[in-house]
Amino acid sequence: MPPVENAELLRVQDLKVHFPIRTGGIVFGQYTPLKAVDGVSFSLKAGETLGIVGESGCGKSTLGRGILQLIKPTDGKVVFLGNEMTSMAGEQLRAQRQHMQIVFQDPLASLNPRMTVGDIIAEPLTVFFPKMSVAERKAKVKALMAKVGLLPQMINRYPHEFSGGQCQRIGIARAMIVDPKMVICDEPVSALDVSIQAQIVNLLMDLQQEFGLSLLFISHDLSVVRHVSHRVMVLYLGKVMEIASRDSIYAEPLHPYTQALISAVPIPDPDLEKNKQRIVLGGDLPSPMNPPSGCVFRTRCPRATDICAQVVPKLEEKAPGHQVACHHWGPPAQALV
Amino acid sequence: MLSYAVRRLLEAIPTLLVIVALSFFLMHAAPGGPFDSERVLPPEIEANLKAAYNLDKPVWQQFVIYLGNALQGNFGPSFTYKDFTVSELLGTGFPVSLRLGLTAILLAVIIGCTLGILAAMRQNTRTDYSIMGFAMIGITIPNFVMAPLLTLVFGIYLGMLPVAGWGDGSIQYIILPVVALALPQIAIISRLTRGGMVEVLRSNFVRTAHAKGLPERVIIVRHTLRAALLPVVSYLGPAIAGLVTGSVVIEQIFGLPGIGRYFVQGAINRDYTLVMGTVITYGTLIVLMNLLVDLVYGLLDPRVRYD
Repeated sequence: MPPVENAELLRVQDLKVHFPIRTGGIVFGQYTPLKAVDGVSFSLKAGETLGIVGESGCGKSTLGRGILQLIKPTDGKVVFLGNEMTSMAGEQLRAQRQHMQIVFQDPLASLNPRMTVGDIIAEPLTVFFPKMSVAERKAKVKALMAKVGLLPQMINRYPHEFSGGQCQRIGIARAMIVDPKMVICDEPVSALDVSIQAQIVNLLMDLQQEFGLSLLFISHDLSVVRHVSHRVMVLYLGKVMEIASRDSIYAEPLHPYTQALISAVPIPDPDLEKNKQRIVLGGDLPSPMNPPSGCVFRTRCPRATDICAQVVPKLEEKAPGHQVACHHWGPPAQALV
Repeated sequence: MLSYAVRRLLEAIPTLLVIVALSFFLMHAAPGGPFDSERVLPPEIEANLKAAYNLDKPVWQQFVIYLGNALQGNFGPSFTYKDFTVSELLGTGFPVSLRLGLTAILLAVIIGCTLGILAAMRQNTRTDYSIMGFAMIGITIPNFVMAPLLTLVFGIYLGMLPVAGWGDGSIQYIILPVVALALPQIAIISRLTRGGMVEVLRSNFVRTAHAKGLPERVIIVRHTLRAALLPVVSYLGPAIAGLVTGSVVIEQIFGLPGIGRYFVQGAINRDYTLVMGTVITYGTLIVLMNLLVDLVYGLLDPRVRYD
């Protein structure tokens, strides 16, 4: 993993993305906000990878899209390269997209089936560098295709002629063509099988090393996140539960939710796996339209007490570089691994 | 693609043969004939008439004779429009219907697609609702209501345009019938376009296009429209064939010399040759238009392969 520079690239402050959902009848119904992302704050340094984990529906993807303004946030600030982006729109916002790109989850569906791979990858160049000659553009596309592990002579093929892993390489090339400073990877490997996952993850890390990229790596796979991230952020119901450096969060998670997640990761050793203590969470994820009072995790938390229902725990630094939002934070009762 | 088109054209021959045979035998199977009338003809005259038109022969023989003539481009004399051959009737009327139909469909595509795109981009807003409401009205008002209304307003109250007739075929005679023909098509096409656009606008690759930083215009034209227009294209094939073969109602109301009326009059008068002529014209157009649709599909979607 490449070293992290100290310059702050992205700062997200109290970001909220709420969707109005109509509840009740057609006549007497009203709009209730679905709080997909509810007050998330963090920062990302140049060259750093921040892993964002959480179970399905906790707002990981919405957070990524909210940062890129692909979904307009309801409230909060996104400061990228010193520019506040939530107030930007149109031309101004499009200009920023040269520096911030995204790799989507479904590799094939994210590529226009009616365009050749060459056109797909080159298209951002036509917008941001309209003066670039066709030959120059083509050379750039071919060079990048080679870099992401595609044969440059496949430039005139269509997306459906590629495998899932190859499509994801196309998606990465498409994001990388404008030399972005930050790439949000929204579950980039969840649609791929494990052997391909490793290739894609390593490709992303190589590109990060070479171009000094910052990555926001969104995933529900804790092992993959552990492999790529400098720091890890745990989300639950649109709120941050814990942020810490990779090593401290995996070695000593302080939030009971993080502990439950980590205890659920399978260990590739059958003997260890058999005797492992697992923290099993009861119940389902509560509805983000009607979240629990106080701490949103209290309904499933083994440590919950009265205070958890009344006071929302603040995200506070409990150890150096280790922030937790929990009234009863502390290391797990028994070793997780 | 060329070999595909040629193959499809060759395949059209048996299709047309089946259409011709089916309509020929069905028509002859129906009771009554072209020379039945209230006043019973003397048997000798009737026999003479039937002999003159080969109606005294068994039906299969008549079919063979008809087919033989038709293949040489001779579609026979009309039974009711005496002194005219079917080719003459259709030949003079078709250019009129073709001109009306093509103008109407061109107008309908331009306006319909524009409205549909607009409605989809402003989905669930007042713009969307008013366009779709207009479209619903356009679909539900039949053209025998719309055409007289147009005539009344623009022909009589405002006196801007001729009420009916073809005159020398200049533009003022065409406007009202074309508008009457185009209105329901505008409505259908705008609904189809909106439906296609709404679906494609939500798709993942359009989200990618936004993430790339493309301007809205480019996203619509380059990414969305090609996929969204597929339903419109498949609708247009049969619609063009239907429109250029004329509309009975519109031609009657505006007194236009198109071929639409022959479809109905031929059938009512048992004008065997005229009915066959119209069937062949319509069948050929349908086959050609569907071939055109399939070729356009290939232009819109590279995954369509012709082999």
